[in-house]
Formats: sequence, structure tokens, C-alpha cells
Amino acid sequence: MALGILHMRNLFAVVMLSGIYSLISAGLFVTMDAVDVAFTEAAVGGGIATVLMLGTLALTTTREKFVKSDLQIVPLVIVIATGALLIYATFDMPSFGDPAAPIHHHVVPRYIEEGPVRTGIPNVVTFVLASYRGYDTMGELTVIFTAGVGVMLLLALAGRRRDD
Amino acid sequence: MVRRHLVLRVVSKLLIPFILLFALYVQFHGDFGPGGGFQAGVIFGAGFILYALIEGIEVARRVAPTALVRLLMVLGLLLYVGVGYVGLFKGANFLNYDVLAHDPVHGQELGIFLVELGVGITVAATMVTIFFAFVDQARR
Repeated sequence: MALGILHMRNLFAVVMLSGIYSLISAGLFVTMDAVDVAFTEAAVGGGIATVLMLGTLALTTTREKFVKSDLQIVPLVIVIATGALLIYATFDMPSFGDPAAPIHHHVVPRYIEEGPVRTGIPNVVTFVLASYRGYDTMGELTVIFTAGVGVMLLLALAGRRRDD
Repeated sequence: MVRRHLVLRVVSKLLIPFILLFALYVQFHGDFGPGGGFQAGVIFGAGFILYALIEGIEVARRVAPTALVRLLMVLGLLLYVGVGYVGLFKGANFLNYDVLAHDPVHGQELGIFLVELGVGITVAATMVTIFFAFVDQARR
């Protein structure tokens, strides 16, 4: 599907394909028991992002300009080397769901044991995000807020300049 | 926008109430089931955007005026930070919910509920704001 997206010149089809891709990965998240991530992926990736991309297409054009370029060897080598390094690094990672992995031994046992008692909330994800990691979640919310304000300002300012 | 697509309109009119209700369920049941403020916010935002796509932007704007959406966007974040400051003024750390109610467990429940509500409101309002910004730009 990624190759299809790369090869296509019709941007409308590209947007639709990436929406479908988001929906499929939402399905993948469900099978990996990450239902809340799947909610987000389906709603943002499959829904809102697709609509916004279509909005962008309405603002610009639906055909990609064909740019003829020579084969650039240095960037290709850099990309392949980085990819190989990243894959090599994954060999050091503990295997998926390994109970001996370090991530399950630092503060996690304390959170799981003491969290539901201290917060009265059985959902681990909720109380870690909102209580133990309250600062981080506040930062995330600020990021989203800033993104909204940024888009508003950019589009409003661009429109005003065009009106002048 | 889509005045002619009868099937689309009927199907989405059937679906939208359930999408919004599901968003509220994800919001307020996030303590027990999967989900929370962010998920609820994006589902609510997506549901509203679907409504705007089907009914047209004027109708959507009458339901949620731009000023109201912008106000909600700020209010959600202020609610989150405000809950943090209440903890601070009651003699605990910033964002410590233990002191919000008479005993720590209730305080935590209340704090997490309010904070998640703030997240949900801001996320939904931001999604709708970005969508409105794009639509305004496209109509110019």
C-alpha cells in the first residue's frame, strides 16, 4: 500500500489510501489489545486527518506535479544505512510481551499495586495518565491547544493577506 | 454541501447520535473501560465534523458558533490547569488531587474526572476549530 501511495499521481486516491491504512492499523491495535489507541487511530487517522487532507486538496490541487529528477545516490545510501542501523538496534530489545523486560520492573509494579487503592480507579491507563503523569498529560493538552491556535492563526493570516 | 446524497444523509443521521453518545460513554466511563478524555474528544470531534460535512457548514456553525468553540478550547485547558492550582492552593503539590475532597481516594477520583473532562473538551474543540479554519480558507 505504501508503494501504491508513492507511485500514485492522483492525490485524492493517495488520501483515501492513507485513510484506509489508518483504519487497518486501528484494527491491528484492537488485536493487540490496545483499544484506546485504536479509538484514536480510527477517529483521527481515518476520520479527521482524512477530512483535513481533503480540505487541503480543495485549497490546492488534486494532481501531483511531475518532477523529473536523477537518481540521487548519497541520500539513498544514508536512508538505507539509517534503516539498517535501526533494525540492528531492535535486536537488543526484549521480545514483545516479555515479562522480564526492564520496562515492567521499574515503577510499574508499584503503580499497579498501589494505584487502584490510592485513586479508586481500576483502569491503569487512566490513573497513570491523569494522576501519576499529570504533568505530561497537561503538556500534551497544551501541545494540542497550541496546534489549534497555530492553524487558526496561519490560515486566518494567509486569508487576510490575500484579501488585501 | 451534500444536498442530493439521500443515502449518505439518512445513514449518517442515524449514526451521528450514537457516535456522540459513544464519545460521552468513552469520556465518563474511561475510569473503568478503555478510553479517556483524548479518545472521547476525537470521537466527538469526528462525529461533529461528519455532521458538518453532511448538513453543510452553515448549519454546523449555527449549532456550534466559532466563538463558542474557541471558548471551549480555552476552557478545557484552563480546567486542567485550574484543577492543578486548586491542589496548589490547598497546600499540596501542583496537580496533586489528594486534597480535592475530604479523603484522598475521592480527591483522586474527582481530580482525574475533571482533568479528563478538560482534555476531552479541549481536544474536541480543537479538532472542530481546525476543521472550521480549513473550510473558511477553502470558501474564500
